[in-house]
This record gives sequence, structure tokens and C-alpha cells, in this order.
Amino acid sequence: MAIASFADKGADLELVGITKRFPGFTAIEELDLSIPAGSFFALLGPSGCGKTTTLRLVAGLEEPTAGQILIGGKDVTATKPFQRPVNTVFQSYALFPHMTILENVAFGLRRRKMSDPVAKAHEALALVELDHLAARRPAQLSGGQQQRVALARAIVNRPALLLLDEPLGALDLKLRRQMQLELKTIQTEVGLTFLHVTHDQEEAMTMADTVAVMNKGRIEQMGAPEELYELPRTAFVANFLGQSNLFSGSVTASTADAITVDVAGVPIIVPRTRAKRHAGEVAIGVRPEKVSLLTEAPQPVAGRNVLGPGRVTDVSFSGVSTQYLVEVPGVGELIVFAQNMVFGPVVHVGAEVWVSWNADHGFGLDDDASAVPRFPADASTESIAIQRRIALEEELEQA
Amino acid sequence: MAFTAFSSQAVVEQAPRKRSFIALVLLLPGILYLVLFFLAPLISLVITSFQQPVLDGDVGEYTAGFQWQNYTDAMGEYWPLVLRAFGFAIIATVLALIISYPIAYFIGVKARRWPLLQSLLLTLVIAPFFISFLLRTLAWKQIMSDEGPIVQFLKTVAILPSDGHLTGTTFSVIFGLTYNFIPFMTLPLYATLERLDLRYIEAGADLYASPFTVFRKVTIPLSMPGIVSGTLLTFIPAAGDYINASRDFLGSSSTAMVGNAIEANFLVLQNYPIAAALSIVLMAVILIIVGIYVRRSGTEDLI
Repeated sequence: MAIASFADKGADLELVGITKRFPGFTAIEELDLSIPAGSFFALLGPSGCGKTTTLRLVAGLEEPTAGQILIGGKDVTATKPFQRPVNTVFQSYALFPHMTILENVAFGLRRRKMSDPVAKAHEALALVELDHLAARRPAQLSGGQQQRVALARAIVNRPALLLLDEPLGALDLKLRRQMQLELKTIQTEVGLTFLHVTHDQEEAMTMADTVAVMNKGRIEQMGAPEELYELPRTAFVANFLGQSNLFSGSVTASTADAITVDVAGVPIIVPRTRAKRHAGEVAIGVRPEKVSLLTEAPQPVAGRNVLGPGRVTDVSFSGVSTQYLVEVPGVGELIVFAQNMVFGPVVHVGAEVWVSWNADHGFGLDDDASAVPRFPADASTESIAIQRRIALEEELEQA
Repeated sequence: MAFTAFSSQAVVEQAPRKRSFIALVLLLPGILYLVLFFLAPLISLVITSFQQPVLDGDVGEYTAGFQWQNYTDAMGEYWPLVLRAFGFAIIATVLALIISYPIAYFIGVKARRWPLLQSLLLTLVIAPFFISFLLRTLAWKQIMSDEGPIVQFLKTVAILPSDGHLTGTTFSVIFGLTYNFIPFMTLPLYATLERLDLRYIEAGADLYASPFTVFRKVTIPLSMPGIVSGTLLTFIPAAGDYINASRDFLGSSSTAMVGNAIEANFLVLQNYPIAAALSIVLMAVILIIVGIYVRRSGTEDLI
């Protein structure tokens, strides 16, 4: 066998100029990626963005059209999956239905002729707290339990690199939280390199050290979760990772530390260091929770941007916070998240409000302003529900 | 038991316990059919197997009795044919499995991306059924005859001695059995392999198993239901077959199987009790072998 002993620590992964074309479309275009050993790396993106293909390329289940894959400095591009020091937790778990849980976990150990596979498998099962079910078949386990077995089956081999393909997708929220914590604990304890593929931005942000946002076969932006969230570089990242209020306008003034953008006649200030473009037509934005809602016209204060007056078109209460949609004439609709410091929402639909935010919290995007849709389609269930409601209300009004 | 091997689901859903008149009416034709064409002949066969010849009677005249010696006589005379029948059937089944598995794997797994090719290949597997089984076997007799090109060629390259034959040999009988039962092996194998989840294969490869190990440890166990039903559909009829081994087709008197003995006793020698006893022995042995086989193959665990 190619591997005779456990990897004592994670290995780094390097993708160099990876391109993958399927008949009719390109899944991945010239992808360069470097993941340091021992890190928890998340590839985040909508379905069809090429993230699962990337994972399958690393696992060896697909062959790249061009480019190189290096694991721990060794070129593995031409090797078969069974020769790579990599294990995958599959989205479907893919537990062998004809074997017991124990045999499933011991499968990789037996193939590598490890000593005492049964004891090691029991140990791994104990780690995911399922040792008491070792004699059962996968079909007799719940989805969450199967997921943990799949995890045990992968980590028992101590691969230099562990690949996770949306492993938590099928779990309910509570179990998912619990598994996220467990995964993180295991990763820190064992010190492996994790490559986690997910479309769940919250999952990626809570678990990973580094998140790469993928779109249409390319990495749009990569960095620590806070960095990605607070300073998105493109409209796609701004909207995929949480929600954003985006505006476009031309730069009217530019100083050493800030630029002023004319948004529908209102000057909006963005710190120079937080803006990617400093002249011409630009797209800027601010996160909804940074925006505050005011019921009276505020006095102009240096360092605060104000838009308004506008009307509240929707209020949705979600316990911790309330989401308001504010329609500002000439600018469009803005999202405002406000923490529920008092009982219930502070304003109601139809109220006249102003929105304001600290100028330091704005960001400027790298996109071409004309290419940025005002509010790009957001795929979160919440906003879909809101959009449906708006569409329905319009329909009712017309009727 | 043997019958569960044919169903894809081993888990039996508990039927609602409700007396239903309609269900009974719907079952009636089936029950009648079984009673008339299976149970009655079976009982008649058992009775026949214990009959004794009428003293001073004609050939083929028998009367009711309990002559269990019919069984010992039959086995005493025909045991080599019984052994040969099971030997040939086992060899033919194994050969058919070895030939059919790659075909079924190709159609069911590799050709998944091209549904048209898949249907075309399946049609080719079934195509022999368009011509009578007897005609096809006769055709093989022609092809393998002493004047035929195959024998001529084998003689030229000195694989076959100059006075050698193909027809009437053990080879041609096993060949005929294998050939005739390949579709019965391929179709159930295809049905299982077509549903084989390739993600298990990927998982196997991901867990350091070489393609051969994946085949041995994952593909074969997961296709066990198809293997079991295919081998049963081949083995059972092959063990009782009397066409391929018949002198008129691919066999000779030295290749006779138990089926040929039953045929001869029923139709030529008119020794009905011996023929009936042989039939029952054949049935019993098949039942025992199949029972052990299904139990051992462990397909009950596979869902």
C-alpha cells in the first residue's frame, strides 16, 4: 500500500491552475488555492459553483483537465483515489449497507493493513459517542448517527487531509450545531487539515479559520470569516455572506481618508481604506445591522451617513432582532436589522423613518458599478418569503 | 427461503389483518391453478413412485402400492446420472456467472450514461429468446458437427485428435447448458447492478481500497441478490435439463443426465415408478441444495 502509517499531522494542500471542464461547461476555471497544514478551511458557495467538484478533484474522484494538486508538497495529480492520503466524509455518508458500523469504520484500516483495526475502530466510534451501536447496520441508524459514523470512518484513518462534503446538510438545526462543535473539537484535538465544502454561510463562518467564497468556478474572496463579512470585496460576497445594502453612484469628493459618493443626491461617505475603487462610478454598501432606524429627521453629524425619509414596507420579527424593510425614494429598499431592546418592533409598516449609519462601517466594492444589481437575488429562505410577500401585495393592489 | 432471494426487499411489510372477501376472490384463480397444475400432479407423482408392477401384466401396467424399493432401485441404477446432472449444472452455472457478470456490469453500470446503448444491449441479451430453445441447440449441433468449421479448425491446429468429436462430449453438453442459461443469469444480475449506488464504490476507493478490493468487498456483496437469483434461475433448470444432454442434440449416452433417465423411463421403458422416484429425488436434492445456498449466501441481510 502507498501509505504504511498514520499521518502524524495534517498536510498542506495546494491547487495550482486547476481547470475542470465537463462536456458543455466549465466547472472550475484556473483555480489556485493553498491551504496550510492544520487549518480548517471552508469552501463556501451556492450549488453549482464548483465547490464539490473541487473537493472531488482533491479526493481523486475526478481528474482535472489542467493543473496540479499537491498534498504535503507531493504532486498527486496522477494518482488514484486509493493512493491519496485523503479521506472524505460524503454528503450522502455512503456507509456500506452490507457491513456493520464497526466494519465500516475498520474498512480503511484493514485496507492499509494497520495493526489492531477493531480496537482503533472502537476508539473512533467512542470519539463520536456511538461505540454502543458498533454491531448495527447503517440502515438501523438515524441520519445524525450515520453522519457521525461517516465522520468516524474518515478520521480513524488519520488522513493528512480530511474532506467534508456538506456533511451536515441532512441534519436538523440542533444536531447540526452540536456536530459543528464536535467537528471543531476533533479538528483541534487531532490536528488534521480540514477542507469543508458547504453552502451554509453560517456554518462556514462559525467553523472555519479561513473561508473562500466560490462563484462560477472561481474564488471570489478568501480570508478570515470576520474579514469576509465586514469587508466584502464583491457584490456576490456581500450578498452571499449575510445580507447587504448596496448602492451605486459616482465619487464626488475624495480626501486622504474618505471618499464621498453621490447616492441619489445624498452624499455618502466611505473610508478610503475600506473602498476598493476611489474614482468614477462605484458600488458601495453597508451591513443591515450597522444601520439604525430613526423616527425623526436626525441633525447632520460628521461621520454619519443619513438616508431618508423613507417608509417602512415590511416588519418581520424574529425573536432576537427585527428586520425592517425601508423604501427610500430614489434609492430603493434597504434592510435594517434592529435588536429587540424593547418588547416587539419599534415602528410599524407605513411609518416614516430615516436610516443612518456610522461612515466607518461602509464598504466599497471592487465590482463595476453598472454590473452590480441593486439587490441581487438572495437565496435565503427569509428573503424569498419577503419577496413573495411583496409580490403578492403588489398583485393584490393591482386587483 | 429460496423465494425471498427473488424479491428485492427482504423486509416483509406486515399486511393489515383484515378478512377481505375480495382478496380471497382475487386469489382464487391462482390457488386453483396451483392446486390443479402443481399440487395434484405432485401427489400423483408421489403415488406413482410407490406403485408396483401388475403380476403377469403388460409392460407399463402398474398398480397402487408402497414399493419404496423403487427409490433404491432408481438410485442404484442411475446415481451416476444424478451426480453428473448436478456436476454439469454447477459447472454451467459458474461459467454462466463468470460470463454474465461482466456483461451485466457493463450494461448496468458502465452504459448508464447512454440509455440507448443500454436498451440495445439488453435487447441483444434477450434476442436468443426470439428463436426456440430447441432450434438454437440444434443449430449448435450443426456448428459443432464433425464436418463443421470448428471441428475442422481444431483438428488442423491439432487441439483435437483426428478422430475427435465435439458433439456428444461433456464439453458440448456443458457448453449448451451454459449458452442456454446465460440470459437467465444476465437479467437478474443486470437488475441488481443497474441499481448499484456508485457512491459506495467511490467511498471504497476513498478508503484506500484498490479497484479489485472494491469489487471484492463492495460490488460483489452489494450485487449478491442478483447473483443468488441468477444462479438459482440457471442451476435449477440446468440440473433437470434433458435437451442439451440428449443424444438428439449435443449429448450422447455417455453424457446422459438424470433428466434423460427420467425421460427414457417415462416415454421409452414405460417404467413410471422409477421415473417418478427419480423426479422426486431430483426435486428433493435441488430443494436441499438451494436451501443451504440461500441460507449461506446471507442475502436476507441485504436490503
